[in-house]
Amino acid sequence: MLPPLPLRRALVRAGFLSLLAYAWYAGHAASGVGAPAGNGDPSGLRFSEVAREVGVDFLHRPTRVDPALANIAPHITAVGAAVSVADADGDRLPDLYVVTSADGAPNALYRNRGDGSFEDVARRAGLADLNRAGEGACMGSVWGDFDGDGREDVFVYKWGRCQLFRNEGGLRFRDVSAGSGLEGWINSNAATWLDYDRDGVLDLYVAGYFHEQHDLWKLGTTRIMHDSFEFATNGGNNHLYRGRGDGTFEDVTERTGAGSTRWTYAAVAADFDRDGWPDLYVANDYGPEELFLNRGGERFELARGIGLEAESKSGMCVALGDVWNEGRPSVYVTNISKAGYLFQGNNLRVSLLDRDGPMLQLAEGAAADCGWAWGAQFGDLDGDGLQDLVVVNGFISASRERDYWYQMSKIGLGTGGVIADAAKWPAFEDRSLSGYERTRVLLKTGARGARFREAGGAVGIDDVYDGRAVALADLSGSGRLDVIVANQGGPLLIYRNEARNDNRWVAFDLIGTKSNRSAIGAEVELEFAGQRQLQVVTAACGFASQNDHRRHFGLGREPGAVRATVRWPSGVEQTLELAEADLGRLHVVREPE
Amino acid sequence: MSAPPSAVASVAAARLRWLPRPTPKNLITALITLILVVGEWRYGVVGGYTKLALTLGTCVGTELVLSLLLLGRMPQLQSAYVTGISLTVLLRPQAGLVWPFVVAAALAIGAKYVLRARGRHLWNPSNFGLSVLLLLAPAKVALLSHELGNDVLGNSVIWFVGLLIVWQARMAHITLAYAASFSLLAVLRSFVVGTPVLAELAPLTGPMYQLLVFFMLTDPRTTAAGRRGQIATVVVIALLEAAMRLANDFELPGAAVFAPAPPILALFIVGPIALALDLRRRACAQ
Repeated sequence: MLPPLPLRRALVRAGFLSLLAYAWYAGHAASGVGAPAGNGDPSGLRFSEVAREVGVDFLHRPTRVDPALANIAPHITAVGAAVSVADADGDRLPDLYVVTSADGAPNALYRNRGDGSFEDVARRAGLADLNRAGEGACMGSVWGDFDGDGREDVFVYKWGRCQLFRNEGGLRFRDVSAGSGLEGWINSNAATWLDYDRDGVLDLYVAGYFHEQHDLWKLGTTRIMHDSFEFATNGGNNHLYRGRGDGTFEDVTERTGAGSTRWTYAAVAADFDRDGWPDLYVANDYGPEELFLNRGGERFELARGIGLEAESKSGMCVALGDVWNEGRPSVYVTNISKAGYLFQGNNLRVSLLDRDGPMLQLAEGAAADCGWAWGAQFGDLDGDGLQDLVVVNGFISASRERDYWYQMSKIGLGTGGVIADAAKWPAFEDRSLSGYERTRVLLKTGARGARFREAGGAVGIDDVYDGRAVALADLSGSGRLDVIVANQGGPLLIYRNEARNDNRWVAFDLIGTKSNRSAIGAEVELEFAGQRQLQVVTAACGFASQNDHRRHFGLGREPGAVRATVRWPSGVEQTLELAEADLGRLHVVREPE
Repeated sequence: MSAPPSAVASVAAARLRWLPRPTPKNLITALITLILVVGEWRYGVVGGYTKLALTLGTCVGTELVLSLLLLGRMPQLQSAYVTGISLTVLLRPQAGLVWPFVVAAALAIGAKYVLRARGRHLWNPSNFGLSVLLLLAPAKVALLSHELGNDVLGNSVIWFVGLLIVWQARMAHITLAYAASFSLLAVLRSFVVGTPVLAELAPLTGPMYQLLVFFMLTDPRTTAAGRRGQIATVVVIALLEAAMRLANDFELPGAAVFAPAPPILALFIVGPIALALDLRRRACAQ
């Protein structure tokens, strides 16, 4: 029997008020995305920022574009800070190549002296003065031995004319762009080396952002922007170039079906469907991610029905990892979140393609919302055997009081024609747009699942520069991964890993023989402590960044029997049984002839 | 030998009897279903069927329970359905959060039974659910802004079909009065603020406004009686929205609270006041 009506009404009112109170409470509860208080982290992980101390004093300077874009110039010119880790001088130590974007501003090549310090040798190497009026602005670089001579060459992608440099040894680089087939104008923010046909010669994927018909310093129109915030296809053309091995490249985009006119910000090559051929995973601004599956080195097929099309966002980077320690590639694609306006959330996906499954979305909590996120990398920072994440954030840090999000919300609701015309956008003036956002260090908790806890503040990485690129490398051979961050309009930061714990590690430096010399596309699968972690040698990874090609594995305190399986792009597979004495060191592994 | 035309017609009529009659309410229901289906098909607007099921389920369940508990009768569920779809399409919480869908749905329907005056509920349910969450949990909730593709064709179809339906429902004057007021005020704001006119007009083509003008402003249960009253109400809503926008353009203290969804919050404030005043006026007249 029901209680009397007045009592029922009172109960309903009480329930209603309780719901209001819950909404307020839940709306103000900590979400796991705030900076943890206190010093130190239970993992023993600790970083110190040491860039100047080790001789690195680099400030990125943004380019300036046509005055017709003055109203939104801060938005247009908010990219260009980039960092790549590569062995430029052949001493098997990781060096750093950092680009800037302003006219006349020099790029820097920081040679690792081997004693923990660096010296800038870019001018001597011929890699400094690449920001020349009329030739475009540097946006990033990607390193790989395209001619197979054992020396790492470099492709510098630009808004303008990209440049290919052959490493001639002795820290001398020669511009071999002319006649290479790569010299056309493109407004590119991403490129990567891969060997898509596994012929042992590196190929190159170069992605367009703004359409290549636009010279951003001499515009004929202000209709240069995307025509949709989530489904735009009016970006620059992406190109796949097949390397001939003689320093020239053939554009095989049409023949292979690897093209796209989305607004690509990042691309990474790896074998996602486990068929032995490197696929291309592409993150697009204003559009869905795209996965181009490599069909036998002949053609690429855009994967459909795997969960990417329906989640159109603002992809900024693709980081490659193995979040489950199951020998299964994962990607972390950063996006935009802003309270009140937009919660796109970052994507953390695990490939189940080999089981005819999707790219399974797992992002939650701290990994899902980092603000306006840009570059990110997977890496086992604390050496516990699980891959952690470093994510750099923040778009435009200008006025602390004035914000552009409200203006953005107006234009964001417009139809294509309005959005596409930069002249129709409200003026930026000195406003910030998701400015002063912290860099995040997300430590993986547990082998299964995809839970991360944020530890940036506790471990000493919580700067609020406008981070763009982040790369990981063991710069000093300490057995710990250091973090290098390129900030837009800000300094290059080097966070030295000073972790204090008993975790073990092992690393591999692969040298291809039948495969490309850089071993790009080679996989190392390490079995330890009942787990199986996959790492792939990539060229580009993240946003405008390249990690050290040496693969570093944390093993935890008691790894037990450790076995490494190396799968080379040539198809050769080799297994290394690692004894106790083999741990805690870098193994140079040559591909069997 | 074919059947005579009259027999064919009667068979067709018998078949059509299974379909709901094209009443204004049914047409509105059909329109929001169309937006949902097309939005999901072209743009993946639902963002997961769990959200749809939870929101719709909570709306329908709350309506059933409260109606049986307080009124002792089975409710019409169309309103709960429209509310559930609106909330699913518009609500965009922080990644991974599910509670905003459940709470917004329960509050939206709950407000119909709790916040009443002279036998009428005062807020459009979707508007109430969205506004309350925006005000109480701004760090966790955003509204859909541009997820329908910023597409001219899609927008045109929704506006065309929407206008046909509100015309049929004799509510087109509300939609048009609001659209005209917004446009006029957008042009004025453009002059005052110095932003391009199209940037100020742009929001009208977004899905937030489509759901506002076709489902919230024209909700027959929460609009004032009479054309003049209805038009006056939406003009005031447009004026308040313009004030909120100007306050944000001039970066006045506290204005940021209204920045993510000025029209939704303007309706949240003006709608119930207008209705309460109208109900009072009618009661006095009687």
